[in-house]
Amino acid sequence: MRIVNHPILDFPQQEMIQFTYNGKPVQGIAGESIAAALHAAGIKTLRHSSRQHRPRGLFCAIGNCSSCLMTVDGVPNVRVCVEPLRAGMVVEVQQGKGTIV
Amino acid sequence: MQTFPSQERLQKGPIAICECLQSIPCNPCADACPRKAITVKEINDCPVIAQDNCNGCGACMMHCPGLAIFVVDYTYSQEQVLLKIPYEFFPLPQVSASVNALNRKGECVGMAQVIRVQKSSNKTNVLWLAVPQELAMEVRAIRLQKEQ
Amino acid sequence: MIKTEVLVIGAGPAGLLAAASAAQAGAQVLLVERSERLGGQLIKQTHKFFGSRDEYAGERGIDIAARLIRENEQFTTITTWKNSTVAGIYPDGVVAISRNGSFYTVQPQKIIVATGASEKTMLFPNNDLPGIYGAGALQTLMNVYGVMPGRRILMVGAGNIGVIVAYQLLQAGVEVAGVVEAASQIGGYAVHAAKLARYGVPIYTSHTIKAAHGTECLEGVTIAKLDERWQPIAGADQYIAVDGLCLAVGLTPLTELCWQAGCEMRFVAELGGYVPLRNSSMKTSQPDLFLAGDVAGVEEASAAMVEGKIAGLSVVADLGYTGVERELEQAKKQLAALRAGPAGAKIRAGLSQIVIEEAG
Repeated sequence: MRIVNHPILDFPQQEMIQFTYNGKPVQGIAGESIAAALHAAGIKTLRHSSRQHRPRGLFCAIGNCSSCLMTVDGVPNVRVCVEPLRAGMVVEVQQGKGTIV
Repeated sequence: MQTFPSQERLQKGPIAICECLQSIPCNPCADACPRKAITVKEINDCPVIAQDNCNGCGACMMHCPGLAIFVVDYTYSQEQVLLKIPYEFFPLPQVSASVNALNRKGECVGMAQVIRVQKSSNKTNVLWLAVPQELAMEVRAIRLQKEQ
Repeated sequence: MIKTEVLVIGAGPAGLLAAASAAQAGAQVLLVERSERLGGQLIKQTHKFFGSRDEYAGERGIDIAARLIRENEQFTTITTWKNSTVAGIYPDGVVAISRNGSFYTVQPQKIIVATGASEKTMLFPNNDLPGIYGAGALQTLMNVYGVMPGRRILMVGAGNIGVIVAYQLLQAGVEVAGVVEAASQIGGYAVHAAKLARYGVPIYTSHTIKAAHGTECLEGVTIAKLDERWQPIAGADQYIAVDGLCLAVGLTPLTELCWQAGCEMRFVAELGGYVPLRNSSMKTSQPDLFLAGDVAGVEEASAAMVEGKIAGLSVVADLGYTGVERELEQAKKQLAALRAGPAGAKIRAGLSQIVIEEAG
């Protein structure tokens, strides 16, 4: 959900672009972080941990903690909290450490 | 030393009430006052309002980062005091709306009527509220009534 | 190999002031910022700042950020690299920077590290569930991206960050279920707590998080009441249904580059963790490496700005630029005044453990 009327800040309406989350179409704003776009769409689970497959989401949202690693356009371990969203991105929930080779 | 305005002064017209009672490094209230009626001598001192100099204009209230200053006007009417509070939430209440009057603990202690909504360029808007006189030193916040 | 006089790492309030102060004296500055935006944590601060006019008191953090960035733009001797991460500081004084998929090497005469600090977390069962955030993360979602972080959130930590962010949550239209604080008193300013109390937000002092609950996401937390010995009191647990939990439990200085550069380090709890030893001019044990802001010890934005000024002026003095001594002394006095009151007691206690006195 997006904030429309904030007492201090202005959030003008912006053009939405399309991308996918595990194949599902999602909309977001070009240039915002992928994590913010997912969060706005109500999606909080970003990956599953290596051994116990525990759901993981955002923690620091600024690129320090490694909680938000997802596979984007086939590239694993992308910190989606600092990665800018582009139209057509294929974003997938990463299982564990992802596939590098 | 924190002093409270005298009864005599309250009956003369609007005055700022400063509820900043902890020693923290802060003094924009003193810089904001056009009459130098509020002083913070050393930066960690609590502000002191000179009651005979303060005319209740509310500039300090709008600049206080802690939203700890309020303005009261006991001359508003026989039964009511005009209370001005800083307000940084949306939606803003409508003028002449009746709102829940909350005390410092967030408890509803009565109703207030919105007399004016003063929008500020620094986004610390000011609500002018008519409250029963006995609540003037209790009410420090409002809650909009739910739509019927 | 890029040569420069002063390399400033991090463009938050400390780094921006450091770069401006050095450039004002005439030095050539390369300012490097890993994010796509300058301003550090200031860009999320919607509240009005404390301090005095010199620290822009009464102005909102977001406006101070815009102002500092504008002021930096007027200096032609500051080169600013965004989206650029300093990857290492090597023993030969060369700094490697990752930018646009390439590596750049820079040989600065002086370095100012202004990399800030990162969020601490807390140990409790299910502390890794989606829906549990550091305070900065909530600010990033709400104030940078305009995204609602949740419907009902419980705040942990009643230091200034906790009570300020709780209020920002209210402004974003989020219900704040309460503020939980393990100590018997809140650590943040009383005026911040008052703003929450008057809008009905309960503050649970002597309480802590016992566990978080939920399957895919957070659904609720159990809080426990603590006795005078910080032990949970049996039978006094409470379950609070929330879809968000905010941990505002402190920050740790981001000092990796300082370790790598060989600075002498010490663990100081009052400053947030390991910090480099340094003198009152912000110089570390490495004579060409200076610090400013939270990386030197977790404090406030106002202190970060003044430390940035001190570091910037100190490096240009070291480089031989004259005429900065008076301003430098004034900045040090300004910083001391900010820290002089009871609110500065913790910082003063921390600094007393790591400030190297000048020799001679």
